[in-house]
Amino acid sequence: MDNLTFGITILVVGMGGTIITLWVMSLIMRLLTRIFPYKEGEDGN
Amino acid sequence: MVEAISNGLSGLAAGTLHLHWTNPVMIAIGCGLLYLGIKKDFEPLLLVPIGFGCILVNIPLADVMGEGGFLRTIYDAGVITELFPLLIFIGIGAMTDFSPLLQNPVTFLLGAAGQFGIFLTLGLALLLGFTQLDAVAVGIIGACDGPTAIYVSSQYAPHLLGAVSVAAYSYMSLVPVFQPPIMRFLTTQKEKNIIMSNKGIKPVSKTAKILFPLVMTICGGLIAPMGLPLIGTIMLGNLMRESGAVSRLTKASENEIANVVTLFLGLSVGATMAGDAFLNPKTLLILALGFIAICLDTVCGVLFGKLMCFLSGGKVNPLIGAAGISAFPMSARVVQREGQKYNKRNYLLMHAMGANAGGQIGSVMAAAVMLSVLKGMGII
Repeated sequence: MDNLTFGITILVVGMGGTIITLWVMSLIMRLLTRIFPYKEGEDGN
Repeated sequence: MVEAISNGLSGLAAGTLHLHWTNPVMIAIGCGLLYLGIKKDFEPLLLVPIGFGCILVNIPLADVMGEGGFLRTIYDAGVITELFPLLIFIGIGAMTDFSPLLQNPVTFLLGAAGQFGIFLTLGLALLLGFTQLDAVAVGIIGACDGPTAIYVSSQYAPHLLGAVSVAAYSYMSLVPVFQPPIMRFLTTQKEKNIIMSNKGIKPVSKTAKILFPLVMTICGGLIAPMGLPLIGTIMLGNLMRESGAVSRLTKASENEIANVVTLFLGLSVGATMAGDAFLNPKTLLILALGFIAICLDTVCGVLFGKLMCFLSGGKVNPLIGAAGISAFPMSARVVQREGQKYNKRNYLLMHAMGANAGGQIGSVMAAAVMLSVLKGMGII
């Protein structure tokens, strides 16, 4: 594979993949904190 | 008799006689790293063993990195096998509180933007003539995360390990120096003054904190299986911390194991800095590209912060974008300090900590995504 194809692919898929993965993670985390909310008196942050 | 004495004396002089010009230069560089670590307090836990390892490997005829040499044994046992960076990750997971990130999950996105320097620098390295795998190793300096950089470069470009890891650790310690000018340059006075409210930020339940590492491991591993060792180890450490069920293991991971492995890892990295391999124009180029990578992380983080500011109708202070890198919690403190310079009533620390924790996960995820993409493309 030539360097141009490699570079553009890794730029687009790498940056896009990282942001989409972390966006999905953020949605899952938001869901988790909604399903298991903090209750008064619990030792949390 | 005279001949025997003469031979004996020549044995004592052999080391000095075999000095190549690169050896004293590298010994001076090793001393420079020791100076930075001891006197300037720049990442001393790493720079001291790296500096000393560099000195050891540049003393001729000692052959500490030769077959059976003690540094070679440590290197083969922990760096070639990738064990050391992974053990360090367990310790990092055990030490890190991801609550600020869980309280405000949108800061995950700043942690993603803060990794763009990896990919942009990779492209730049390709343009400058690096081979594809060498460019990957150079780009990963942008993760601003020593163990990740060592994990990737030891696997795919072991000949660059010394330069890449020295760049990663040195620049990480320079975050308070190079981030503020970039933050100032990219934000307007109005943006710098934005006060971020802590309203709506609730504490996180223990159940959510325990489920976080499990969900991250499973989802992250499914999306980017090549990076599972990185994600899995940091999350194992965090699970042990948050569960509270194995406090002995947590303490061992964040203290004894992390300390011993840091020592061995530093020595091993220093041992890759033999003068004949290290002193070449390519090393200087790697150091320059590493600096660019980390600056680009900050630039992309702040620009993404500006985008979030725009989309939120001016509720997000773009300065927190600079914290989306892996230098935890140093970068969050830099953001807090900068924010207070422009508005004394501004307390950005909590939000910046979220972005910074996101940056820590982001760097691991970016490396994992990159490795999986490379595997998919058949490069590795």
